[in-house]
Amino acid sequence: MSLQHYLADCHEQLGDKNRRAMLMTHVVCGYPSFEDNWQALEVMQEFGVELVELQFPFSEPSADGPLFVKANQSAIDAGVHVADCFAFMRKVSNHFSFKVIMMGYYNTVFKTGSDSFLKQLKEAGGEAFILPDLPVDEAGELHSAAAQYGLDPILLMTPTNTDERLQQLANAARGFIYTVARKGVTGSSTDMNQDLAEFIKRCRQHTDLPLAVGFGVSKKSDIDFIGEHADIAVIGTAALQAWEQGGAVKLREFFTQLTQS
Amino acid sequence: MDLFDFENGREGYYGEYGGTFLPEILHTTIEQLKTEFRKAKQDPAFWQEFVSLMQSYSGRPTPVSPLPNLSAKLGGAQIYIKREDLNHTGSHKINNVMGQGLLVKRMGKSRVIAETGAGQHGYATATMAARFGFESKIYMGAVDVARQRPNVFWMENMGSEVVPVTDGQQTLKDAINECLRDWVTNMDNTHYVLGTACGPHPFPEMVSWFQSIIGHEAREQILTAAGKLPDRIYACVGGGSNAIGIFQGFMEDTEVELIGCEAGGFGPGQGNHAARLAYKDASVGVAQGMKTYFLQNDDGNMLETHSVAAGLDYIGVNPILVNLWEKNRVRFEAVTDQEVTEALKLSMRLEGVIPALESAHGFAQAIKEATQMQPNEVILINMSGRGDKDIFTIADALDDQHWKQFISEKAAGYRGGES
Repeated sequence: MSLQHYLADCHEQLGDKNRRAMLMTHVVCGYPSFEDNWQALEVMQEFGVELVELQFPFSEPSADGPLFVKANQSAIDAGVHVADCFAFMRKVSNHFSFKVIMMGYYNTVFKTGSDSFLKQLKEAGGEAFILPDLPVDEAGELHSAAAQYGLDPILLMTPTNTDERLQQLANAARGFIYTVARKGVTGSSTDMNQDLAEFIKRCRQHTDLPLAVGFGVSKKSDIDFIGEHADIAVIGTAALQAWEQGGAVKLREFFTQLTQS
Repeated sequence: MDLFDFENGREGYYGEYGGTFLPEILHTTIEQLKTEFRKAKQDPAFWQEFVSLMQSYSGRPTPVSPLPNLSAKLGGAQIYIKREDLNHTGSHKINNVMGQGLLVKRMGKSRVIAETGAGQHGYATATMAARFGFESKIYMGAVDVARQRPNVFWMENMGSEVVPVTDGQQTLKDAINECLRDWVTNMDNTHYVLGTACGPHPFPEMVSWFQSIIGHEAREQILTAAGKLPDRIYACVGGGSNAIGIFQGFMEDTEVELIGCEAGGFGPGQGNHAARLAYKDASVGVAQGMKTYFLQNDDGNMLETHSVAAGLDYIGVNPILVNLWEKNRVRFEAVTDQEVTEALKLSMRLEGVIPALESAHGFAQAIKEATQMQPNEVILINMSGRGDKDIFTIADALDDQHWKQFISEKAAGYRGGES
């Protein structure tokens, strides 16, 4: 089943989950450890998240905010390699029911070799990849190769893009689209407001793919807002903060306040 | 040859190197920058405004000086140096910075940010921001802040906020990442004054263009001073902006050999140095907005680098120079910290010039090769900056007892003042 069809099915089931938007969560592979990752994923599964990004640590995470920068660095310092991330992804995709997406930076793919990377991603049960520093203009070959493997490139749409550019992005996108709710890096808060609604509407004019809204989602009203205007709420920094404050207990508390009215 | 004729290739690519690898949120910003830069580059009045600003504010043209004592001592080629150290703020960095400052005015932005390694680019940016009335923030690796305090002092006193970056290796590359993070948030009013001919297109081209003022002047000056073109030109290469700056004056002169001098640090071996091309420890990758050679591991994560010179202590290298290296137009050599210290001592004692530790890499390689050359041959070294800023590092390298005593007394005095 394609990622897009999976998301369509999930969308149908939102009523049963008493939730207005689908959820995509995030873990940095090997931070604080793969054991911690696994426990965090078990909590995420409990709350029925639909998608999980597994971030492959990179030494120059220039699109990430301070918390993820530290997480990337710590994971590398602890000796996490690309091969470990794929091995972990295979375990995760075999065990859990959510779909798994690789998130990282283009050099990880480039240095591994595009074809080898895509092959390993497919074998590990990944569905798609998000590479925030690879612009669509440079991604033609990778995207074509990915299509051969049935892997979806997830592209970002941003409030600074022109309509012409949004159309170009929409033409290349598959699976779903990651819309960036505001300027800046990961982890700062966003005021869910009219501007954002307008921006999502602008994205919607260019694509029928599900829209994920990223950057700064931390409370239930954010999820409701996203459910009203888009499809998938992206939860990144806030969940890692909860984990750092108190492991599975705090993370469960976080998801409870996030999903229950 | 026009290095920037993209007619038969892809815009922003030099061979297979370069490109624009940035988060989507900066797409519009970088497109605007490309457009404004293109307009400025095609406008002869803009270049004239730039040159006249550099004359009135920075003392250009900087001279070419002969080094007769050093040449005689080595008994080989006649050595000349291009005096970028005599610029205002003490290095070639001001060329690029004032040029980008003029561009910022044209774009109507009010805030500038910059990364800095040795502090020279940050110092120059702080100067430019003060002069043009821009708000400014300088990101500098915490390790570099610790080893380049004098430059931090001047930046702060010229009104810039200096932010020590504590991520990663806490050096130049991490400061660049931090600038990108600032830029994705504040692009509406902010221009990122990238300091070297690296990063996403159009920066390599733009920085090279402003730095080409060095080469244009130098060609005319050396012809007058030496009566012929130089046989070899040496320039240190960190990011590579002073090197591409001087080399551009001699691109058509195929008989002039161009030599890029990288930081050999402790010598070959991963983590010991910052030589991307001269040693065999680097490979092609995509990071910091560009595709080029990086000192990285098999996972594509960047390696630790080392150099006595903060300004050369960088993982990547100018994509234009990589292409010229592959075409055998530029030769790359690495110079160790030890060789740099020796070259610095010779330059000070014999000629009374104090090259920056960065520039001293060019001196060291030239000194090595000069002895093998004939007295009718000519060497030109780009003295990209002055060494005053390095007084703490140089004093340590020379183990200068008087200096140590002075610092101890000064520190004791401050401690006394606090109590």
